[in-house]
This record gives sequence, structure tokens and C-alpha cells, in this order.
Amino acid sequence: MKINIQREKLTEYEFDLEDATLLEALNEIKTKQDPSLVYASGCRSSVCGSCAMRVNGKEILACAYKVQDGDLVEPLNNVPVIRDLVVNMNKAYKFNFKAKAWQSSPAKKISITQEEEKINEVQSDCILCGSCYSACPVYAVNSEFLGPFSLTRVWRYVSDKREENTKDKIDTIQTNGVWDCTLCNECTIVCPQDISSKADIEKLRAKSAMAGYMDPSFGSFGGSFDGSPTF
Amino acid sequence: MRSDVVIIGAGGAGLVSAIHAHESGAKVIVLTKEYPTRSQTCMAQGGINAALSNVGEDSVEAHIQNTLKSAHSIADESAVKFLCEEAIGAVEWLDSIGVPFSRTKDGKIAQRTLGGASAPRACYAQDYTGLKILHTLYDRCLSLGIEILDERYLLEFITNKSENKLSVCGVSVLNKRSGEVEIYESSSVIVATGGYSRIFHKHTTNSSSSTGDGIASALRAGARLSDMEFIQFHPTALKNSSILISESARGAGGYLLNSKLERFTNELAPRDEVARAIYDEMQKGEDVFLDIRHLGEKFIDEELPQERKLAKLYENIDPVSDLVPIKPVAHYTMGGIEVDSESMTNVMGLFAVGECANHKVHGANRLGGNSLLELIVFGKQAGNNAASYANNVKAYENLSLHVEAQSEILQNIRNATCRVSFYEKHKLIGDIFYKNVGIKRDKKELIFALDEVYKIKDELPLMGVDDKSKIYNSNLIEFLEFKNMLQLCEMVLICAIARDESRGAHFRVDAPNENDVMFKAHSIVDDNTRVSYEN
Ligand SMILES: Cc1cc2nc3c(=O)[nH]c(=O)nc-3n(C[C@H](O)[C@H](O)[C@H](O)COP(=O)(O)OP(=O)(O)OC[C@H]3O[C@@H](n4cnc5c(N)ncnc54)[C@H](O)[C@@H]3O)c2cc1C
Ligand code: SF4
Ligand code: SF4
Ligand code: FES
Repeated sequence: MKINIQREKLTEYEFDLEDATLLEALNEIKTKQDPSLVYASGCRSSVCGSCAMRVNGKEILACAYKVQDGDLVEPLNNVPVIRDLVVNMNKAYKFNFKAKAWQSSPAKKISITQEEEKINEVQSDCILCGSCYSACPVYAVNSEFLGPFSLTRVWRYVSDKREENTKDKIDTIQTNGVWDCTLCNECTIVCPQDISSKADIEKLRAKSAMAGYMDPSFGSFGGSFDGSPTF
Repeated sequence: MRSDVVIIGAGGAGLVSAIHAHESGAKVIVLTKEYPTRSQTCMAQGGINAALSNVGEDSVEAHIQNTLKSAHSIADESAVKFLCEEAIGAVEWLDSIGVPFSRTKDGKIAQRTLGGASAPRACYAQDYTGLKILHTLYDRCLSLGIEILDERYLLEFITNKSENKLSVCGVSVLNKRSGEVEIYESSSVIVATGGYSRIFHKHTTNSSSSTGDGIASALRAGARLSDMEFIQFHPTALKNSSILISESARGAGGYLLNSKLERFTNELAPRDEVARAIYDEMQKGEDVFLDIRHLGEKFIDEELPQERKLAKLYENIDPVSDLVPIKPVAHYTMGGIEVDSESMTNVMGLFAVGECANHKVHGANRLGGNSLLELIVFGKQAGNNAASYANNVKAYENLSLHVEAQSEILQNIRNATCRVSFYEKHKLIGDIFYKNVGIKRDKKELIFALDEVYKIKDELPLMGVDDKSKIYNSNLIEFLEFKNMLQLCEMVLICAIARDESRGAHFRVDAPNENDVMFKAHSIVDDNTRVSYEN
């Protein structure tokens, strides 16, 4: 089968593999045909988040995607390409730092029920693959948006009973945060772990509202008077 | 760049030691060849051991006894005692920083039974235990402002010899993105680079980054390695892809069946026994399957969601209704850089922790759930000790001349014409190792394997990299990894040949019994490739 890979220029490769993952195909190409092809991988079992890329315009994990004849393979969006399919994630990951996506301090007395543990079970499945970040349209207009995975991670900690200072967490995500999301749901569609950052952002909006924050587009000059979002 | 403590590796071991070194007041830099959250620790599924007695009756003493039994008399009893005693505090610490452990109905941390354990002892977060621990540790490092530099590949540890004492003074790394050599000076260095199961090429559950770099570099820097022949095979990896199906599937009541659908072994015996039982079935021409159908869809989705996903994706079957085809593959390397009871190697200031280190707690066979535990317990120890060591040694040197030396070595590799593919040789070595240095070994076959390793070593000058680029040259990195693996292959083999007995994961058909008189001891090997035994 043949696939096209976006390198400095679009390059076609042909190989003979059946029922293979894209990662297996890339390995085949690299070790047998073209050692200069560059991509990242690790676990090959869809849990380390290294091999996120785009196929035919959609974010996938190369190790979880069965390669098809004619596929167009490209690096992630919204992040600088270092070479071929390898991108620099530093700025994207920095948003976890900016969003203070962690538990404020070690908890002392911990009592968590089975139900409470389930509240953020899905969110803590995030493998930080960056697919959602790549799919998010907001970066085209605001490169400082905290973004889907960071906000999901904030929700993961805010919703955890161990967190004692949720106020600080909510304060931190007001600027370039929850209100900048267009709720377009692109992040949800591409997440390999079935996480909906959009839903998490909605929950964070509700918490923000309870903390007295308001959607800045309401009532501002740019806002529409019927209250519908202006994105 | 200068700091007090440099840590190589950002898996569980590296991040735990970073947190503790930082909290002890040291200036810490963590370097990793990937990104922290991509470290192999994220792959651990089953759990982390601690005798909490949350689900069934358990005790620290039972944990110690189970660990010693599995180790086949070559674990250090005081180290095992320390590990098991600290376990409860270690899990409490993880819980306090936010690791979302699964809970019992009454709100305690849930526990399950892994092989070789006399009680449900493994604390878990569904089957994403490693992922959730690693990410929480990472978040904690961010909150403390610990400096982590990604995509820096360790080249060598830089040492200094004065008054016959060898001590570490820094490291050289290759910045993968720029292609430049960088030097980091520091009085303490912690090696936390993980294991070496990738010497088995495809026949391993491990991440492609588990190439033993830190161990090989430490050896070159003068550190001693020990117990390198002990390599654990996990009984249940998916047949086609070698991807792990966690032991928790058997712990929960899964069966092992042969083609006649007969059970043939005690599924919850230690890994070495189960792996050998499966191997024997396969030698008889049987296929082997894991059967968890009777556990039911609800239970599988609740407790083993990742297993179901992996089986569907990589084997095209659904374990809710189908048998899962499996085979044993290399999973964990018990051997590594020898450390003392303070986590320090024989090179002053050089510490080691995690799968790359040998704290002598696993002996000849590691218990499931004890590895994640080791990262937390000894990570704390290594971090604290490295910080206090750095406090007392302040003699910095100018190491900039190493930049040129290392750059030249790399340039020579880039300039060489590549006539023999090291990728092919890696595959060859992996296949030979799986066949000859695997679950059952024989002296003749081991010697054959060693000869093959020497042949490949002789061919090294004919190997090189086709990619001449400086920027993100993964062809070059993979060649450096291959060279490290080749060096470790030799160490594994000379130790496996010398150990004329069977013990735990090292099973020799030509010497099938334990020989306590001669071999109830740890094998030690250094750069001179001579094997000796010490207690
Ligand atoms: C599939 C699977 C399931 C497992 N399940 C369990 C379980 O349930 N319970 C349990 O206790 N154990 C389990 N284990 C074992 C356990 O996960 C590992 O032993 C442990 O995670 C090793 O951690 P570490 O920090 O030592 O190394 P790793 O997590 O492997 O981290 C190594 C780090 O070193 C870096 N590194 C390596 N080489 C270099 C270099 N040259 N330069 C710079 N950086 C480098 C890597 O980038 C990485 O950051 C499992 C292992 C596997 C593979
Ligand atoms: S939320 Fe999903 S898509 Fe986004 S980084 Fe995490 S796992 Fe990847
Ligand atoms: S829902 Fe929000 S975060 Fe998700 S992709 Fe759309 S704009 Fe981005
Ligand atoms: S290689 Fe780890 S997610 Fe694909």
C-alpha cells in the first residue's frame, strides 16, 4: 500500500503490510527504506501519548490507527514542527503550568468514597497526547488560550475532594481560559481516551459562575444583546 | 549549566527523587530523552504493593516473606524489610498528592491480588495505575517549579579521579532538537533511566525507550552492575504484538487454557513458574489463551477497561466473548547498577534508582506491584541522599572540554558510511535472545548467543547512520541506543553463562537445580567483563 507523509515536501512511501497500525508502517519505512524519517513513539499501546499525529486531517494515535491505502499523514497542528512528524510540545505543555493544573498542597486527612473517586476518573485518564490541542480552533485567534487538556486537568483537580483551594484554581482560569472556548466540541471528537474537554470546560464555567464570575462577552460591547455567544 | 543534583530520567523514579531532592533544598535539574509523561512508567497497569489490609487481612511481615520467597534467596533482607515497611507511607504519600486510586465501598484505597502475594495487596487506579501515578508526580513537579528539560539524550557520565577515589562531576547529553552536545555540571547525579528489556527487540512488553542507556553509561563510567542475568518474562502478553495483558486479569480470576481448553497451571503462582508452564505447553505445540469471559462485561469494563481496549485493537478480539491468545515475553530486568543501602553506586556522588538500579529487593524474580513501590521508596531515599551529598561536596570543575570530545565522536558516526543496518542486527539479536536467553536457557545456546554478539560487535565499524542531519536525528539516537544494548547483551550473557544453576527467572536446562553452595549470591560485573559473586 502507499501512503503520503508530510515532510519538508510531501513524500510517498510504499510498503507491504497487512492489518498494520500506522506506527508499524512508520517503523517499517524507517528501518528498511528511509532512516531519515522522523516521528515519536514509545509504548505502542496507546498510553504514552507520544505518537499523536494527523491522518487525512484528523488527529489519531499512530499506534492505535490501522493504516489505509492512500492515507495522508501530517504532524499535529498549532505546535511548531521540529522535523517531519515531530513537534515541539513545550509551549502547549506549559499551559498546565499556567493553569496551575495540580493539587495545591498535599492533603492530610483523606476520605474519598467510591462515587467521589469516579467523578474525575475519566479526566485522569488523559495521556497528554495533545490531539485536542491540535484540533482546537481557538489557537488560530488566541495563542495564549489555556486549552482543552489543561482545562480538563484543572477540572480533574478542582473536582477532587483533596483540593482545599478551589477558589485559587477557578481564579486562575478566567483569563484566556474557560470563556475563550467556543464549545465547538472538536477536542472531544479526537480524544483517544474519550475525554470531553468541552464538557469539563462547561463544568468549570458553572463553577466560575458560582464563584461570581461572568462570561465576559455578556454585556460587553462586543456581546450580542440576546445573550447568545458572539464567537 | 550547574546544579546540585542532576537527574537523568523522568519516569516514576526520576520524578520522585526530583521532588525529594528539591524538598531537601537542592537545586535540581531533570533531563529526559522523551517528555516526562511519556516515560514507560505510564504503562504500568496492575498496581503498587503496600500491606494496608484494606480488603483482606495482610501484614508487612507477609509482604516481606512473599518478596523473599519470590527472590529465591538472593535478595538483601534488610533492603526488602525497608521496602515493605516504607510501602504504607509511600502509598499514603501518593494518595496525599492526588493520585486517584480506586476506592472500596467504604472509601479506602482498593486492593487486588497479584501473583505470588498472599493477600490482596496491590493498590491500583483501574488499570491505569502507572499513568495516574506518573502524571500526578509530574503535576507535583510543576507545582514545585522543578526544572525538567525534555529531549536530552544522555551520552556519558563525567567522572573525576583523585586519591584513588572515583567521583561523578557531571553529564554530557545530546540535545535532540539542536543536535548540540550539552554539559551539565553537578556534584550528585541520579540515574533513573529504566530497564533494558528492549534488547529482546519485539519480544518485550516494554516501551521502545527501555534500552538500558543509563546502565551502559554507568558501566563505562566505572560503576558495577549486578544480577544482569535475571530477566523476568511476563506470562501474558498479546501473541502478535507483545503488548501486556495485566496480571490483574488473572488476579481477578482469569484462567490460562491450552488449545484443548484445559487449565494447566496455577495462574497465581509467581511469574517465573507461570511463564515456564506456558512455555512448556507451547513447546508441545499448544496455543495458549487467557480466558476472562466468565468475569462478565460489567466487571471487565469496570476493572480492566484498558485490557479490553488493547485486545480489541491489537488482537482483533473482544475478551468479553473471546479467548485472548497470549505468549510470555521479556518484561522486567531485575539486574542493574549496583547501589548500596544509601542508593549510591561505587562511583562517589552517582546514585541510581528505579528499574536501572539494583537495590537487591527483587533477587531472582520480582513480584508484581513491587516495582512501582521501589520507585517511590528508593526515589525518596536517592533524592534525599543526593541532595545532602551535594551539600557537602562543592568542588566544581570546568567540564567544557567534554563538549568537543563528544561532538567529535558524534560527528564521526554521522560521517561514517553505513554498510550494515543496525536495525537488522537489533532484530537478529532480539530473536536470538528470545530463543536462547529467554525462559529456558542452555549453556551451549548461551555461548552461541555470545558469539553472535561478538560478531556484531566486530561489525560495528561498518554500521552508522544514513541520516546526516543535526536536527532531531532519531536515526543517530537509535544507533547510540543500539550500541548501549549491545554492551548490555554481552553483560547479560557472560553472567548467564557463569551462573551454572537455575534460580527464579534464570532457568538452565543443563543445570535445573538451585546450587546454594556456589551461587546463593549476587553476580557482579564491571567494565573488565569479569564475573564475581558477592552476598
Ligand atoms: C506494560 C508494563 C506494565 C507494568 N506494570 C507494572 C505494575 O502493575 N506494577 C509494578 O510495580 N510495575 C509494573 N511494571 C514495571 C514498572 O512500570 C517499571 O519497572 C517502572 O515504571 C520503571 O520506572 P523507572 O522510573 O525506573 O523508568 P521509566 O519509567 O522507564 O523511565 C525512564 C526514564 O529515563 C529516560 N531515559 C532513558 N534513557 C535515557 C537517556 N539516554 N537519556 C535521557 N533520558 C533517558 C526516559 O526518557 C524516561 O524518562 C510494568 C512495566 C510494563 C512495561
Ligand atoms: S484530553 Fe484527550 S486528546 Fe487531549 S491530551 Fe488528553 S488524552 Fe489527548
Ligand atoms: S470545545 Fe473548546 S477547547 Fe474544545 S476544541 Fe472547541 S474551542 Fe477548543
Ligand atoms: S506509542 Fe504510546 S501512544 Fe502511541
